[in-house]
Amino acid sequence: MFYRRIWKSNLVGAFFQPVLYLLGIGLGVGALVDQGPNSAAVLDGFSYFAFYSSALIATMAMFTASQEALWPTMDGFQWSHAYRAMTSTPIAPRDVATGLTIFYAAKTTVGAIGVAVVLAFFDETRSWGLIGAVPAGVLTGLAFAVPLAAWTSSRTTPDSFPPILRFIIIPMFLFGGAFYPIEQLPDWLEPVAWVTPLWHGVELARGSILQTLPEGRGLLHVGVLCAYIVLGWMACVVTFERRLNP
Amino acid sequence: MNEPLITARSLVKKFGDLVAVDEIDFDVEQGEAFGFLGPNGAGKTSSMRMIGCVSPTTSGRLEIFGLSPTADGRAIRARIGVVPQMDQLDNELTVLENLVIYARYFDIPRDVARARAAELLEFVQLTERKDDTVDPLSGGQKRRVSIARSLISEPELMLLDEPTTGLDPQARHVLWDRLYQLKERGATLVLTTHYMDEAEQLCDRLVVMNGGKIVAEGSPRNLITTYATREVLEMRFGRGHNEEHVSEVSQVGERVEILPDRLLVYAHDGEGALATLRERNIIPESALVRRSSLEDVFLRLTGRTLVD
Repeated sequence: MFYRRIWKSNLVGAFFQPVLYLLGIGLGVGALVDQGPNSAAVLDGFSYFAFYSSALIATMAMFTASQEALWPTMDGFQWSHAYRAMTSTPIAPRDVATGLTIFYAAKTTVGAIGVAVVLAFFDETRSWGLIGAVPAGVLTGLAFAVPLAAWTSSRTTPDSFPPILRFIIIPMFLFGGAFYPIEQLPDWLEPVAWVTPLWHGVELARGSILQTLPEGRGLLHVGVLCAYIVLGWMACVVTFERRLNP
Repeated sequence: MNEPLITARSLVKKFGDLVAVDEIDFDVEQGEAFGFLGPNGAGKTSSMRMIGCVSPTTSGRLEIFGLSPTADGRAIRARIGVVPQMDQLDNELTVLENLVIYARYFDIPRDVARARAAELLEFVQLTERKDDTVDPLSGGQKRRVSIARSLISEPELMLLDEPTTGLDPQARHVLWDRLYQLKERGATLVLTTHYMDEAEQLCDRLVVMNGGKIVAEGSPRNLITTYATREVLEMRFGRGHNEEHVSEVSQVGERVEILPDRLLVYAHDGEGALATLRERNIIPESALVRRSSLEDVFLRLTGRTLVD
Protein backbone atom coordinates (compact mmCIF):
# COMPACT_ATOMS: atom_id res chain seq x y z
CA MET A 1 0.00 0.00 0.00
CA PHE A 2 1.34 3.35 -0.93
CA TYR A 3 0.57 6.51 0.86
CA ARG A 4 1.59 9.60 -0.94
CA ARG A 5 1.66 13.19 -0.23
CA ILE A 6 3.09 16.11 -2.07
CA TRP A 7 4.95 18.72 -0.17
CA LYS A 8 7.22 21.57 -0.96
CA SER A 9 10.36 21.06 1.01
CA ASN A 10 11.67 24.32 2.19
CA LEU A 11 15.30 23.98 1.20
CA VAL A 12 16.13 27.58 1.92
CA GLY A 13 14.90 27.15 5.47
CA ALA A 14 16.82 23.94 5.88
CA PHE A 15 20.09 25.81 5.33
CA PHE A 16 19.33 29.23 6.62
CA GLN A 17 18.08 28.31 10.07
CA PRO A 18 21.07 26.21 11.16
CA VAL A 19 23.42 28.91 9.91
CA LEU A 20 21.64 31.43 12.12
CA TYR A 21 21.85 29.19 15.15
CA LEU A 22 25.48 28.40 14.46
CA LEU A 23 26.56 31.97 14.12
CA GLY A 24 24.37 33.27 16.92
CA ILE A 25 25.14 30.74 19.59
CA GLY A 26 28.02 28.59 18.39
CA LEU A 27 30.32 31.45 17.60
CA GLY A 28 28.94 34.14 19.89
CA VAL A 29 28.47 32.16 23.09
CA GLY A 30 31.38 29.95 22.11
CA ALA A 31 33.78 32.87 22.25
CA LEU A 32 32.80 33.48 25.87
CA VAL A 33 32.76 29.84 26.95
CA ASP A 34 36.06 28.88 25.46
CA GLN A 35 37.75 31.53 27.59
CA GLY A 36 36.46 29.84 30.75
CA PRO A 37 39.22 28.23 32.85
CA ASN A 38 37.90 24.65 32.81
CA SER A 39 35.86 24.65 29.63
CA ALA A 40 38.19 22.19 27.93
CA ALA A 41 37.66 19.68 30.74
CA VAL A 42 33.87 20.01 30.68
CA LEU A 43 33.61 19.83 26.91
CA ASP A 44 36.01 16.90 26.51
CA GLY A 45 38.61 19.10 24.89
CA PHE A 46 36.34 20.33 22.12
CA SER A 47 35.56 23.96 21.44
CA TYR A 48 32.10 25.16 22.37
CA PHE A 49 31.36 25.66 18.70
CA ALA A 50 32.07 22.00 17.97
CA PHE A 51 30.15 20.89 21.02
CA TYR A 52 27.06 22.94 20.29
CA SER A 53 26.89 22.67 16.54
CA SER A 54 27.22 18.89 16.59
CA ALA A 55 23.92 18.73 18.49
CA LEU A 56 22.12 20.84 15.89
CA ILE A 57 21.12 17.96 13.64
CA ALA A 58 19.17 16.44 16.51
CA THR A 59 17.58 19.64 17.83
CA MET A 60 16.58 20.88 14.37
CA ALA A 61 15.08 17.49 13.58
CA MET A 62 13.10 17.63 16.80
CA PHE A 63 11.61 21.00 15.89
CA THR A 64 10.86 20.18 12.26
CA ALA A 65 9.27 16.83 12.98
CA SER A 66 7.30 17.98 16.02
CA GLN A 67 5.77 20.90 14.16
CA GLU A 68 4.85 18.59 11.31
CA ALA A 69 3.09 16.19 13.67
CA LEU A 70 0.96 18.97 15.15
CA TRP A 71 -0.82 21.44 12.86
CA PRO A 72 -0.33 19.81 9.44
CA THR A 73 -1.35 16.44 10.87
CA MET A 74 -4.39 17.96 12.56
CA ASP A 75 -5.33 19.30 9.13
CA GLY A 76 -5.56 15.79 7.75
CA PHE A 77 -7.77 14.61 10.60
CA GLN A 78 -9.90 17.62 11.30
CA TRP A 79 -9.84 20.29 8.63
CA SER A 80 -9.32 18.81 5.18
CA HIS A 81 -10.36 15.30 6.23
CA ALA A 82 -7.66 14.00 3.91
CA TYR A 83 -7.11 10.90 6.06
CA ARG A 84 -10.80 10.13 5.96
CA ALA A 85 -10.71 10.26 2.19
CA MET A 86 -7.73 7.89 2.23
CA THR A 87 -9.37 5.38 4.52
CA SER A 88 -12.45 5.12 2.33
CA THR A 89 -10.12 3.37 -0.12
CA PRO A 90 -8.29 0.07 0.51
CA ILE A 91 -5.97 2.08 2.76
CA ALA A 92 -6.56 1.40 6.46
CA PRO A 93 -5.85 3.67 9.44
CA ARG A 94 -2.68 1.73 10.25
CA ASP A 95 -1.42 2.45 6.72
CA VAL A 96 -1.99 6.13 7.35
CA ALA A 97 0.15 5.81 10.50
CA THR A 98 2.91 4.13 8.52
CA GLY A 99 2.61 6.64 5.68
CA LEU A 100 2.84 9.57 8.05
CA THR A 101 5.92 8.04 9.69
CA ILE A 102 7.57 7.75 6.28
CA PHE A 103 6.56 11.31 5.48
CA TYR A 104 8.02 12.66 8.75
CA ALA A 105 11.20 10.69 8.04
CA ALA A 106 11.48 12.15 4.55
CA LYS A 107 10.90 15.68 5.77
CA THR A 108 13.41 15.30 8.62
CA THR A 109 15.97 13.75 6.29
CA VAL A 110 15.90 16.84 4.09
CA GLY A 111 16.38 19.06 7.14
CA ALA A 112 19.14 16.89 8.61
CA ILE A 113 21.04 16.82 5.33
CA GLY A 114 20.72 20.60 5.23
CA VAL A 115 22.35 20.94 8.63
CA ALA A 116 25.02 18.35 7.76
CA VAL A 117 25.96 20.29 4.63
CA VAL A 118 26.30 23.49 6.65
CA LEU A 119 28.43 21.73 9.28
CA ALA A 120 30.68 20.38 6.55
CA PHE A 121 31.82 23.94 5.87
CA PHE A 122 33.45 24.22 9.28
CA ASP A 123 36.77 22.56 10.07
CA GLU A 124 35.74 21.54 13.55
CA THR A 125 32.67 19.63 12.50
CA ARG A 126 33.76 18.37 9.09
CA SER A 127 33.95 14.60 9.42
CA TRP A 128 32.57 11.41 7.92
CA GLY A 129 30.55 11.21 11.09
CA LEU A 130 28.19 13.77 9.56
CA ILE A 131 26.84 10.97 7.40
CA GLY A 132 26.00 8.92 10.48
CA ALA A 133 24.52 11.98 12.17
CA VAL A 134 21.83 12.33 9.50
CA PRO A 135 20.04 9.08 10.44
CA ALA A 136 20.59 10.00 14.09
CA GLY A 137 18.70 13.22 13.40
CA VAL A 138 15.94 11.38 11.56
CA LEU A 139 15.51 8.94 14.46
CA THR A 140 15.36 11.88 16.88
CA GLY A 141 12.71 13.61 14.78
CA LEU A 142 10.60 10.47 14.54
CA ALA A 143 10.91 9.81 18.27
CA PHE A 144 9.00 13.09 18.70
CA ALA A 145 6.74 13.16 15.67
CA VAL A 146 5.29 9.66 15.84
CA PRO A 147 4.09 9.82 19.48
CA LEU A 148 2.88 13.39 18.89
CA ALA A 149 0.85 12.23 15.87
CA ALA A 150 -0.97 9.80 18.16
CA TRP A 151 -1.79 12.71 20.43
CA THR A 152 -2.88 14.93 17.54
CA SER A 153 -5.23 12.26 16.21
CA SER A 154 -7.03 12.17 19.54
CA ARG A 155 -7.68 15.94 19.52
CA THR A 156 -10.25 18.00 17.67
CA THR A 157 -8.63 21.39 18.26
CA PRO A 158 -5.00 22.54 18.24
CA ASP A 159 -5.37 24.23 21.65
CA SER A 160 -2.90 21.90 23.31
CA PHE A 161 -0.18 22.42 20.70
CA PRO A 162 1.41 25.67 21.90
CA PRO A 163 1.72 24.31 25.48
CA ILE A 164 3.31 21.15 24.07
CA LEU A 165 5.94 23.26 22.35
CA ARG A 166 6.36 25.53 25.35
CA PHE A 167 6.45 22.98 28.14
CA ILE A 168 7.84 19.85 26.46
CA ILE A 169 9.81 20.68 23.34
CA ILE A 170 11.51 23.92 24.40
CA PRO A 171 12.55 22.63 27.88
CA MET A 172 14.10 19.59 26.23
CA PHE A 173 15.92 21.88 23.87
CA LEU A 174 17.25 23.82 26.86
CA PHE A 175 17.96 20.94 29.24
CA GLY A 176 18.55 18.01 26.88
CA GLY A 177 22.29 18.41 26.52
CA ALA A 178 22.28 20.58 23.43
CA PHE A 179 23.86 23.64 25.06
CA TYR A 180 25.96 21.99 27.75
CA PRO A 181 26.69 18.45 28.95
CA ILE A 182 23.85 17.24 31.19
CA GLU A 183 26.42 16.51 33.89
CA GLN A 184 26.25 20.26 34.48
CA LEU A 185 22.61 19.95 35.55
CA PRO A 186 21.70 19.62 39.23
CA ASP A 187 21.97 15.94 40.18
CA TRP A 188 18.23 15.48 40.59
CA LEU A 189 17.55 16.79 37.09
CA GLU A 190 20.13 14.65 35.36
CA PRO A 191 18.07 11.40 35.34
CA VAL A 192 15.20 13.32 33.74
CA ALA A 193 17.44 14.08 30.79
CA TRP A 194 18.28 10.38 30.45
CA VAL A 195 14.72 9.47 29.54
CA THR A 196 14.11 12.31 27.12
CA PRO A 197 14.48 11.37 23.48
CA LEU A 198 16.34 14.56 22.71
CA TRP A 199 19.29 13.75 24.95
CA HIS A 200 19.74 10.37 23.24
CA GLY A 201 19.51 12.03 19.84
CA VAL A 202 21.95 14.77 20.76
CA GLU A 203 24.46 12.29 22.18
CA LEU A 204 24.14 10.12 19.09
CA ALA A 205 24.58 12.97 16.61
CA ARG A 206 27.39 14.58 18.58
CA GLY A 207 29.14 11.29 19.18
CA SER A 208 28.96 10.51 15.50
CA ILE A 209 30.27 13.87 14.32
CA LEU A 210 33.02 14.27 16.92
CA GLN A 211 33.67 10.52 16.90
CA THR A 212 33.56 10.26 20.66
CA LEU A 213 30.85 7.64 21.01
CA PRO A 214 31.65 4.36 22.72
CA GLU A 215 30.07 1.57 20.70
CA GLY A 216 27.70 0.25 23.35
CA ARG A 217 26.41 3.71 24.15
CA GLY A 218 25.53 4.33 20.52
CA LEU A 219 23.40 1.20 20.42
CA LEU A 220 21.70 2.21 23.64
CA HIS A 221 20.78 5.62 22.19
CA VAL A 222 19.49 4.08 18.96
CA GLY A 223 17.51 1.58 21.02
CA VAL A 224 15.82 4.24 23.14
CA LEU A 225 14.92 6.34 20.11
CA CYS A 226 13.56 3.30 18.29
CA ALA A 227 11.50 2.41 21.37
CA TYR A 228 9.88 5.85 21.27
CA ILE A 229 9.13 5.42 17.57
CA VAL A 230 7.74 1.89 17.84
CA LEU A 231 5.61 2.67 20.90
CA GLY A 232 4.44 5.85 19.21
CA TRP A 233 3.49 3.95 16.07
CA MET A 234 1.56 1.40 18.11
CA ALA A 235 -0.28 4.23 19.85
CA CYS A 236 -1.02 5.75 16.42
CA VAL A 237 -2.53 2.50 15.18
CA VAL A 238 -4.96 2.56 18.10
CA THR A 239 -5.79 6.27 18.06
CA PHE A 240 -6.00 6.53 14.24
CA GLU A 241 -8.38 3.56 14.18
CA ARG A 242 -10.51 5.17 16.86
CA ARG A 243 -10.51 8.49 15.06
CA LEU A 244 -11.04 7.37 11.47
CA ASN A 245 -13.23 4.30 12.01
CA PRO A 246 -15.45 5.24 14.95
CA MET B 1 -32.10 -13.63 -9.26
CA ASN B 2 -28.61 -12.73 -8.17
CA GLU B 3 -27.53 -12.51 -4.57
CA PRO B 4 -28.16 -9.03 -3.16
CA LEU B 5 -25.11 -6.77 -3.27
CA ILE B 6 -25.68 -5.67 0.30
CA THR B 7 -27.52 -7.57 3.01
CA ALA B 8 -28.18 -6.18 6.47
CA ARG B 9 -30.00 -8.02 9.24
CA SER B 10 -30.67 -6.60 12.71
CA LEU B 11 -27.87 -4.14 12.08
CA VAL B 12 -27.03 -2.00 15.10
CA LYS B 13 -24.61 0.87 15.61
CA LYS B 14 -24.09 2.37 19.05
CA PHE B 15 -21.81 5.21 20.10
CA GLY B 16 -21.60 4.71 23.85
CA ASP B 17 -25.19 4.91 25.04
CA LEU B 18 -26.44 6.52 21.87
CA VAL B 19 -28.14 4.10 19.50
CA ALA B 20 -27.54 5.57 16.05
CA VAL B 21 -28.83 2.59 14.06
CA ASP B 22 -31.37 0.37 15.76
CA GLU B 23 -31.79 -3.14 14.32
CA ILE B 24 -32.37 -2.37 10.67
CA ASP B 25 -32.85 -4.91 7.85
CA PHE B 26 -32.43 -4.16 4.17
CA ASP B 27 -31.11 -5.58 0.91
CA VAL B 28 -29.64 -3.70 -2.00
CA GLU B 29 -29.81 -5.44 -5.36
CA GLN B 30 -27.28 -5.22 -8.14
CA GLY B 31 -27.91 -2.25 -10.42
CA GLU B 32 -30.50 -0.45 -8.34
CA ALA B 33 -30.46 3.01 -6.87
CA PHE B 34 -31.25 2.64 -3.20
CA GLY B 35 -31.89 5.55 -0.88
CA PHE B 36 -31.84 6.23 2.81
CA LEU B 37 -34.27 9.06 3.42
CA GLY B 38 -34.54 10.70 6.79
CA PRO B 39 -33.99 13.80 8.88
CA ASN B 40 -30.61 14.67 10.36
CA GLY B 41 -29.66 12.22 13.09
CA ALA B 42 -31.88 9.44 11.72
CA GLY B 43 -28.91 7.09 11.32
CA LYS B 44 -28.36 7.44 7.57
CA THR B 45 -24.70 8.39 7.68
CA SER B 46 -23.91 5.77 10.33
CA SER B 47 -25.48 3.14 8.09
CA MET B 48 -23.47 4.39 5.12
CA ARG B 49 -20.22 4.34 7.08
CA MET B 50 -20.82 0.76 8.13
CA ILE B 51 -21.44 -0.20 4.50
CA GLY B 52 -18.27 1.69 3.55
CA CYS B 53 -16.32 -0.41 6.07
CA VAL B 54 -15.06 2.64 7.94
CA SER B 55 -17.17 2.08 11.03
CA PRO B 56 -17.40 -1.28 12.77
CA THR B 57 -20.89 -2.68 13.32
CA THR B 58 -22.01 -3.00 16.93
CA SER B 59 -24.11 -6.08 16.28
CA GLY B 60 -26.16 -7.79 13.61
CA ARG B 61 -25.14 -9.09 10.23
CA LEU B 62 -23.83 -7.01 7.34
CA GLU B 63 -22.52 -8.40 4.07
CA ILE B 64 -21.28 -6.46 1.08
CA PHE B 65 -20.50 -8.47 -2.09
CA GLY B 66 -21.05 -11.48 0.15
CA LEU B 67 -18.05 -10.42 2.26
CA SER B 68 -17.87 -9.33 5.87
CA PRO B 69 -16.65 -5.80 6.64
CA THR B 70 -14.77 -7.02 9.71
CA ALA B 71 -12.72 -9.63 7.89
CA ASP B 72 -12.54 -8.18 4.38
CA GLY B 73 -12.83 -4.43 4.85
CA ARG B 74 -9.90 -3.71 2.56
CA ALA B 75 -11.21 -5.94 -0.23
CA ILE B 76 -14.68 -4.42 0.02
CA ARG B 77 -13.39 -0.85 0.05
CA ALA B 78 -11.39 -1.61 -3.10
CA ARG B 79 -14.70 -2.19 -4.93
CA ILE B 80 -16.61 0.80 -3.54
CA GLY B 81 -16.59 4.45 -4.60
CA VAL B 82 -17.39 6.91 -1.84
CA VAL B 83 -18.70 10.45 -2.22
CA PRO B 84 -18.61 11.86 1.30
CA GLN B 85 -21.04 14.34 2.78
CA MET B 86 -18.38 17.02 2.90
CA ASP B 87 -15.84 17.14 0.12
CA GLN B 88 -12.51 15.74 1.24
CA LEU B 89 -10.48 17.00 -1.66
CA ASP B 90 -6.91 18.19 -1.41
CA ASN B 91 -7.47 21.89 -2.00
CA GLU B 92 -3.84 22.68 -2.77
CA LEU B 93 -3.62 20.18 -5.60
CA THR B 94 -5.09 20.46 -9.08
CA VAL B 95 -8.26 18.69 -10.08
CA LEU B 96 -6.28 16.16 -12.11
CA GLU B 97 -3.76 15.52 -9.32
CA ASN B 98 -6.60 14.87 -6.89
CA LEU B 99 -7.86 12.10 -9.13
CA VAL B 100 -4.50 10.58 -9.95
CA ILE B 101 -3.25 10.51 -6.37
CA TYR B 102 -6.51 9.01 -5.17
CA ALA B 103 -6.07 6.29 -7.80
CA ARG B 104 -2.70 5.47 -6.24
CA TYR B 105 -4.49 4.49 -3.02
CA PHE B 106 -6.11 1.74 -5.07
CA ASP B 107 -2.74 0.75 -6.50
CA ILE B 108 -3.87 1.79 -9.96
CA PRO B 109 -0.84 2.41 -12.20
CA ARG B 110 -0.18 6.06 -12.90
CA ASP B 111 -0.72 5.91 -16.67
CA VAL B 112 -4.02 4.05 -16.28
CA ALA B 113 -5.05 6.60 -13.68
CA ARG B 114 -4.27 9.48 -16.02
CA ALA B 115 -6.29 7.99 -18.85
CA ARG B 116 -9.27 7.30 -16.58
CA ALA B 117 -9.04 10.73 -14.99
CA ALA B 118 -9.23 12.39 -18.40
CA GLU B 119 -12.36 10.40 -19.25
CA LEU B 120 -14.00 11.09 -15.91
CA LEU B 121 -13.34 14.81 -16.05
CA GLU B 122 -14.99 14.78 -19.46
CA PHE B 123 -17.94 12.97 -17.88
CA VAL B 124 -18.35 15.53 -15.10
CA GLN B 125 -17.68 18.40 -17.53
CA LEU B 126 -14.57 19.68 -15.84
CA THR B 127 -11.96 18.97 -18.50
CA GLU B 128 -11.10 22.64 -18.93
CA ARG B 129 -10.51 23.01 -15.17
CA LYS B 130 -8.21 19.99 -14.83
CA ASP B 131 -5.05 22.00 -14.18
CA ASP B 132 -6.66 24.43 -11.75
CA THR B 133 -6.31 23.92 -8.03
CA VAL B 134 -9.47 22.74 -6.32
CA ASP B 135 -9.75 25.59 -3.84
CA PRO B 136 -11.39 28.25 -6.06
CA LEU B 137 -13.95 25.87 -7.60
CA SER B 138 -17.64 26.31 -6.79
CA GLY B 139 -19.47 23.92 -4.49
CA GLY B 140 -21.10 22.13 -7.40
CA GLN B 141 -17.81 21.78 -9.25
CA LYS B 142 -16.07 20.41 -6.17
CA ARG B 143 -18.84 17.91 -5.73
CA ARG B 144 -18.36 16.83 -9.34
CA VAL B 145 -14.62 16.40 -8.69
CA SER B 146 -15.55 14.21 -5.71
CA ILE B 147 -17.80 12.11 -7.92
CA ALA B 148 -15.16 11.77 -10.61
CA ARG B 149 -12.63 10.82 -7.95
CA SER B 150 -14.89 8.16 -6.47
CA LEU B 151 -15.25 6.63 -9.94
CA ILE B 152 -11.52 6.38 -10.63
CA SER B 153 -11.37 2.82 -9.28
CA GLU B 154 -14.31 1.73 -11.48
CA PRO B 155 -16.35 0.77 -8.41
CA GLU B 156 -19.14 -1.80 -8.50
CA LEU B 157 -20.99 0.11 -5.82
CA MET B 158 -21.20 3.83 -5.17
CA LEU B 159 -22.00 5.33 -1.79
CA LEU B 160 -23.20 8.93 -1.91
CA ASP B 161 -23.84 10.67 1.38
CA GLU B 162 -26.15 13.63 0.79
CA PRO B 163 -24.71 14.27 -2.66
CA THR B 164 -26.45 17.58 -3.29
CA THR B 165 -26.73 19.13 0.18
CA GLY B 166 -25.70 22.77 0.04
CA LEU B 167 -25.76 23.09 -3.74
CA ASP B 168 -27.82 25.57 -5.72
CA PRO B 169 -30.72 24.22 -7.84
CA GLN B 170 -28.84 24.37 -11.10
CA ALA B 171 -25.84 22.49 -9.70
CA ARG B 172 -28.19 19.89 -8.25
CA HIS B 173 -29.74 19.23 -11.63
CA VAL B 174 -26.36 18.83 -13.29
CA LEU B 175 -25.40 16.37 -10.60
CA TRP B 176 -28.63 14.42 -10.81
CA ASP B 177 -28.17 14.15 -14.53
CA ARG B 178 -24.68 12.67 -14.08
CA LEU B 179 -25.89 10.25 -11.40
CA TYR B 180 -28.79 9.24 -13.61
CA GLN B 181 -26.34 8.45 -16.40
CA LEU B 182 -24.30 6.31 -14.03
CA LYS B 183 -27.44 4.43 -13.10
CA GLU B 184 -28.25 3.86 -16.76
CA ARG B 185 -24.81 2.36 -17.23
CA GLY B 186 -25.69 -0.22 -14.58
CA ALA B 187 -23.95 1.18 -11.52
CA THR B 188 -25.41 0.34 -8.13
CA LEU B 189 -25.98 3.54 -6.18
CA VAL B 190 -26.67 3.83 -2.50
CA LEU B 191 -27.42 7.35 -1.37
CA THR B 192 -28.67 9.24 1.63
CA THR B 193 -30.70 12.37 1.37
CA HIS B 194 -33.14 14.51 3.24
CA TYR B 195 -34.49 15.96 0.04
CA MET B 196 -37.70 14.32 -1.10
CA ASP B 197 -37.32 15.48 -4.69
CA GLU B 198 -33.86 13.93 -4.82
CA ALA B 199 -35.16 10.60 -3.57
CA GLU B 200 -38.01 10.72 -6.09
CA GLN B 201 -35.68 11.60 -8.93
CA LEU B 202 -32.93 9.11 -8.28
CA CYS B 203 -34.10 6.17 -6.18
CA ASP B 204 -35.68 2.98 -7.46
CA ARG B 205 -36.30 1.96 -3.91
CA LEU B 206 -35.80 3.61 -0.58
CA VAL B 207 -36.13 3.21 3.11
CA VAL B 208 -37.37 5.99 5.35
CA MET B 209 -35.36 6.23 8.56
CA ASN B 210 -36.31 7.94 11.76
CA GLY B 211 -34.62 7.64 15.13
CA GLY B 212 -32.30 4.87 13.96
CA LYS B 213 -35.12 2.67 12.68
CA ILE B 214 -36.51 1.97 9.23
CA VAL B 215 -40.12 3.13 9.30
CA ALA B 216 -41.08 2.37 5.70
CA GLU B 217 -39.65 0.79 2.60
CA GLY B 218 -40.62 0.73 -1.07
CA SER B 219 -40.40 2.59 -4.35
CA PRO B 220 -41.16 6.31 -4.18
CA ARG B 221 -44.45 5.75 -6.03
CA ASN B 222 -45.41 2.89 -3.74
CA LEU B 223 -44.71 4.83 -0.61
CA ILE B 224 -46.81 7.71 -1.85
CA THR B 225 -49.79 5.48 -2.63
CA THR B 226 -49.46 3.63 0.65
CA TYR B 227 -48.91 6.53 2.98
CA ALA B 228 -50.58 9.45 1.24
CA THR B 229 -53.56 10.19 -0.96
CA ARG B 230 -53.45 11.12 -4.61
CA GLU B 231 -53.71 14.84 -3.96
CA VAL B 232 -53.02 17.30 -1.22
CA LEU B 233 -54.91 20.50 -0.54
CA GLU B 234 -52.78 23.12 1.19
CA MET B 235 -54.67 25.94 2.89
CA ARG B 236 -53.61 29.00 4.85
CA PHE B 237 -56.02 30.68 7.21
CA GLY B 238 -53.48 33.11 8.61
CA ARG B 239 -51.25 32.65 11.62
CA GLY B 240 -53.02 31.31 14.68
CA HIS B 241 -56.25 30.62 12.79
CA ASN B 242 -55.32 27.32 11.18
CA GLU B 243 -56.26 25.16 14.17
CA GLU B 244 -59.78 26.59 14.44
CA HIS B 245 -60.70 25.00 11.15
CA VAL B 246 -59.32 21.52 11.72
CA SER B 247 -62.58 19.82 12.62
CA GLU B 248 -64.49 21.26 9.64
CA VAL B 249 -61.65 20.59 7.26
CA SER B 250 -61.11 17.01 8.38
CA GLN B 251 -64.61 16.15 7.13
CA VAL B 252 -63.58 16.66 3.49
CA GLY B 253 -60.33 14.69 3.49
CA GLU B 254 -58.93 11.43 4.69
CA ARG B 255 -56.42 13.07 6.94
CA VAL B 256 -55.35 16.53 8.03
CA GLU B 257 -51.83 17.59 8.88
CA ILE B 258 -51.38 20.78 10.93
CA LEU B 259 -48.23 22.72 10.17
CA PRO B 260 -47.30 26.01 11.85
CA ASP B 261 -48.30 28.04 8.80
CA ARG B 262 -50.84 25.89 6.98
CA LEU B 263 -53.17 22.91 6.95
CA LEU B 264 -52.59 19.96 4.64
CA VAL B 265 -55.65 18.01 3.66
CA TYR B 266 -55.06 14.59 2.13
CA ALA B 267 -57.82 13.81 -0.32
CA HIS B 268 -58.30 11.87 -3.51
CA ASP B 269 -59.75 14.96 -5.17
CA GLY B 270 -58.23 18.16 -3.82
CA GLU B 271 -60.28 20.58 -5.94
CA GLY B 272 -63.47 18.79 -4.93
CA ALA B 273 -62.58 19.08 -1.26
CA LEU B 274 -61.88 22.77 -1.66
CA ALA B 275 -65.19 23.31 -3.45
CA THR B 276 -67.05 21.52 -0.66
CA LEU B 277 -65.41 23.72 1.94
CA ARG B 278 -66.31 26.86 -0.01
CA GLU B 279 -69.94 25.72 -0.16
CA ARG B 280 -69.83 25.50 3.63
CA ASN B 281 -68.49 29.03 3.71
CA ILE B 282 -65.02 28.08 4.89
CA ILE B 283 -62.77 30.35 2.86
CA PRO B 284 -58.98 30.08 3.34
CA GLU B 285 -56.69 33.06 2.68
CA SER B 286 -55.01 30.97 0.07
CA ALA B 287 -55.34 27.43 -1.21
CA LEU B 288 -53.28 25.18 -3.44
CA VAL B 289 -53.93 21.70 -4.76
CA ARG B 290 -50.93 19.53 -5.64
CA ARG B 291 -50.07 15.91 -6.16
CA SER B 292 -48.79 14.28 -3.03
CA SER B 293 -45.07 13.65 -2.82
CA LEU B 294 -42.57 11.82 -0.68
CA GLU B 295 -42.60 14.88 1.54
CA ASP B 296 -46.10 13.90 2.62
CA VAL B 297 -45.04 10.31 3.24
CA PHE B 298 -42.20 11.63 5.27
CA LEU B 299 -44.38 13.92 7.34
CA ARG B 300 -46.70 11.07 8.10
CA LEU B 301 -43.96 8.63 9.01
CA THR B 302 -41.61 10.75 11.02
CA GLY B 303 -44.05 11.63 13.73
CA ARG B 304 -45.55 15.01 12.99
CA THR B 305 -48.97 15.67 14.54
CA LEU B 306 -51.54 13.54 12.78
CA VAL B 307 -55.26 14.26 12.83
CA ASP B 308 -57.35 11.60 11.17
